[in-house]
Amino acid sequence: MSTPKRKIIPNKHPMPHQEAGIRNKNFDEVALGYTEETAVAEAERCLQCKNNACMEGCPVNVDIPAFIKKITERDFEGAINTIKEKNSLPAICGRVCPQESQCEKFCTLGKKNEPVAIGRLERYAADWELARGVKIPQVPESNGKRVAIVGSGPSGLTAASSLAALGYQVAILEALHIPGGVLVYGIPEFRLPKAIVAEEIENISKMGVEIKCNHVVGKLSSVDELLENGYDAVYIGTGAGLPSFMNIPGENLNGVYSANEFLTRNNLMKAYRFPEYLTPIRVGERVAVIGGGNVAMDGARTALRLGAESHIIYRRSMEEMPARAEEIEHAREEGVVFNLLTSPIEFKGNEEGRVTSMICQRFELGEPDESGRRKPVAIEGSEFEMPVDTVVMSIGQGPNPLVQQTTPDLETNKWGNIVADEDGRTSKPGVFAGGDIVTGAATVILAMGAGKKAAAAIHEYLSND
Amino acid sequence: MFKIIKKKILAQSIKLMDVEAPEIAEKARPGQFIILRIDDIGERIPLTIADFDADKGIITIIFQEVGKSTRLLGELNEDDSILDFVGPLGCVSEIENFGTVVCIGGGVGVAPIYPIAKALYEEGNQVISIIGARSKDMLIWEDEMKKISTKLYVASDDGSIGIKGFVTDVLEDVLAQVKVDRVVAIGPAVMMSAVAKVTPKNLPLIVSLNSIMVDGTGMCGACRVEADGKTMFACVDGPEFDGHKVNWELVLQRSKMFINEEAMANERGGCKCQRQNAK
Ligand SMILES: Cc1cc2nc3c(=O)[nH]c(=O)nc-3n(C[C@H](O)[C@H](O)[C@H](O)COP(=O)(O)OP(=O)(O)OC[C@H]3O[C@@H](n4cnc5c(N)ncnc54)[C@H](O)[C@@H]3O)c2cc1C
Ligand SMILES: Cc1cc2nc3c(=O)[nH]c(=O)nc-3n(C[C@H](O)[C@H](O)[C@H](O)COP(=O)(O)OP(=O)(O)OC[C@H]3O[C@@H](n4cnc5c(N)ncnc54)[C@H](O)[C@@H]3O)c2cc1C
Ligand code: SF4
Ligand code: SF4
Ligand code: FES
Repeated sequence: MSTPKRKIIPNKHPMPHQEAGIRNKNFDEVALGYTEETAVAEAERCLQCKNNACMEGCPVNVDIPAFIKKITERDFEGAINTIKEKNSLPAICGRVCPQESQCEKFCTLGKKNEPVAIGRLERYAADWELARGVKIPQVPESNGKRVAIVGSGPSGLTAASSLAALGYQVAILEALHIPGGVLVYGIPEFRLPKAIVAEEIENISKMGVEIKCNHVVGKLSSVDELLENGYDAVYIGTGAGLPSFMNIPGENLNGVYSANEFLTRNNLMKAYRFPEYLTPIRVGERVAVIGGGNVAMDGARTALRLGAESHIIYRRSMEEMPARAEEIEHAREEGVVFNLLTSPIEFKGNEEGRVTSMICQRFELGEPDESGRRKPVAIEGSEFEMPVDTVVMSIGQGPNPLVQQTTPDLETNKWGNIVADEDGRTSKPGVFAGGDIVTGAATVILAMGAGKKAAAAIHEYLSND
Repeated sequence: MFKIIKKKILAQSIKLMDVEAPEIAEKARPGQFIILRIDDIGERIPLTIADFDADKGIITIIFQEVGKSTRLLGELNEDDSILDFVGPLGCVSEIENFGTVVCIGGGVGVAPIYPIAKALYEEGNQVISIIGARSKDMLIWEDEMKKISTKLYVASDDGSIGIKGFVTDVLEDVLAQVKVDRVVAIGPAVMMSAVAKVTPKNLPLIVSLNSIMVDGTGMCGACRVEADGKTMFACVDGPEFDGHKVNWELVLQRSKMFINEEAMANERGGCKCQRQNAK
């Protein structure tokens, strides 16, 4: 196949955004998506490389050149179908995948110019389909075997839809009252509208997957009971939802939240619409978010939208910050203040026990540590006090422990993550696991990839039965 | 949806509901709780499982109307439904034959002490129960408690029923007269911290902390408490803790977290029409 020679356009077509000064006051989606014309024009930047370099960077191997080609032909239905062969949640991945370190990182065009905006094109194709009503994949007749999926995050959802497509009777058991995991309780509305998540989940239930919310495995039923009570296999996708704290004085003062609590109140419980919705949140005048990852950016940008002056407090420099470049950029544009090489050592409160300030210490960068990042070293005598009304701790999450605690013969590592092989097999026959509960906090697409591989392994396990 | 089978007003602002939740009823044990959400705009609120009947598939809750959510719950009637009802959450009470156990319930805390006292009684313990309320019309479940107690004391702040005084006054008398092997106390934080003061350090004391909660599964840390100098999550590490080791100052402080916002919820967003618009 020969590609007509075309003049290379060096930069991605920009995607329209809500203006920074407007969007930092509302919770509507920030990025507005391509129009048809821009999508086609961006798709035309693709060189249709024969070596499929970009596909190597996609954890689920979406056939990127093929779907992009279909966009150039305005065959949007063909484009979305191609994506969906590998990725069952494209409207979500197109929005939240860290493309710069995955597919777009490997794009040939990206060597000298900006890579093709693969994520934006994926989003375009997915939104095109959502707007027209999604066709539900044909599900084969039930093979009579039942699989229980614990947790309804991206990993569990993907395992469920893959198994349903193979003819299994699948039930998802979810602890919270709404399915979606981090997609609904963690990632804010302004990055990932909840209506889109709800729609993707609705499509999975239309495939015959039963979703049982308010079901805490380890409490209402144990994994062993699931296996005894009619499920032939169990997939555990319970995620990394256990918040870490720093264990420094004053951390339990009122007004010091974990990022999970802060974001859950806002996203899952819609506290930003309090008192119309009944769950309260209080931010005050100034919020300090401790950490430098995506979770911290989400916290800081949420605080801004709740009307506070919002600060990121991070103990290394901008270069080491683990958050996606785009998120940092958005946060900056919106007015989040970055306090780098800084970390709190103590929180102080008033008589009512509410946090009023924090004592911080300044750092400088020393030798690289095990992670290859330069290690922050505290500067003697650099302590200073910063007044705050709210603190959001975003320094990481550990594995949710309830399932492991109640399944003694399930092997875990020293951090409490479930041990599983490449295909999700655990130490316990019939029990599979994947996503953040196995890898530790990672990404949506990796969690989905794990769910998909495990579905194949479950199919193999139950076929040999 | 979880249907309300029975509703009963036990005292001024204290209501009982039997809720149809067969799966939870089958699993529930003393000391555990549920979290419910009335409707789409509701908060998630924790309530103790005051009683459970696996055969009938029923969970009994008893709640005091203290704020917006508990008041809205109180407005529901038999045959109405609760949108979300999740449990049983939290750890199970330690039930053994300890010998003589004093079970203390203050105010609406009588509800959560009941299943524990009952299980201890059935296990063969001498159960000395002390229940208290501000006044006679605020006292609940005296008859039920009597049935499962070797001896029952009642105390009221104003003396309108039982002994005039606090449950701690009665506890001090009991401790002076009887050899006690264990104390279990549930009620307002002030009451439990007072019980901790009068209970000798060498006498095991179990309390059940009612922290502010969101998920109830260990995900958010809203329910942080300190016991033995360590931060723990009441929803998964508790709700029962060693009363001698709890940092009571912190418990009292954290319960006031949203005091201003709660006042606001009560003033505004209140009427039903507004709630319907929100959906
Ligand atoms: C604030 C935030 C922002 C993020 N931003 C991005 C981003 O932009 N891009 C990206 O790729 N990744 C991002 N991530 C990471 C990504 O969301 C996770 O890697 C991904 O969601 C993991 O999926 P999972 O299915 O393994 O688990 P989760 O999404 O954590 O889902 C686990 C589910 O299991 C349920 N559960 C837990 N225990 C039980 C139990 N005992 N019984 C029943 N159910 C249970 C939980 O309630 C939850 O719903 C972000 C994470 C956070 C917290
Ligand atoms: C494990 C557990 C078991 C519980 N069991 C029962 C029970 O069996 N019966 C019962 O009546 N209540 C119980 N509670 C307390 C109950 O959850 C709260 O009363 C309820 O959430 C208040 O909601 P509201 O919106 O009506 O009041 P709000 O408007 O939220 O609060 C009104 C007042 O109550 C205080 N408050 C708020 N939440 C709590 C809380 N969790 N604990 C104590 N004070 C609080 C506020 O500071 C305020 O002063 C329990 C709490 C926990 C954590
Ligand atoms: S799923 Fe993610 S990594 Fe794969 S092509 Fe789409 S945006 Fe890129
Ligand atoms: S590497 Fe880039 S240019 Fe080449 S096919 Fe993939 S997206 Fe197109
Ligand atoms: S209520 Fe969220 S961790 Fe306990």
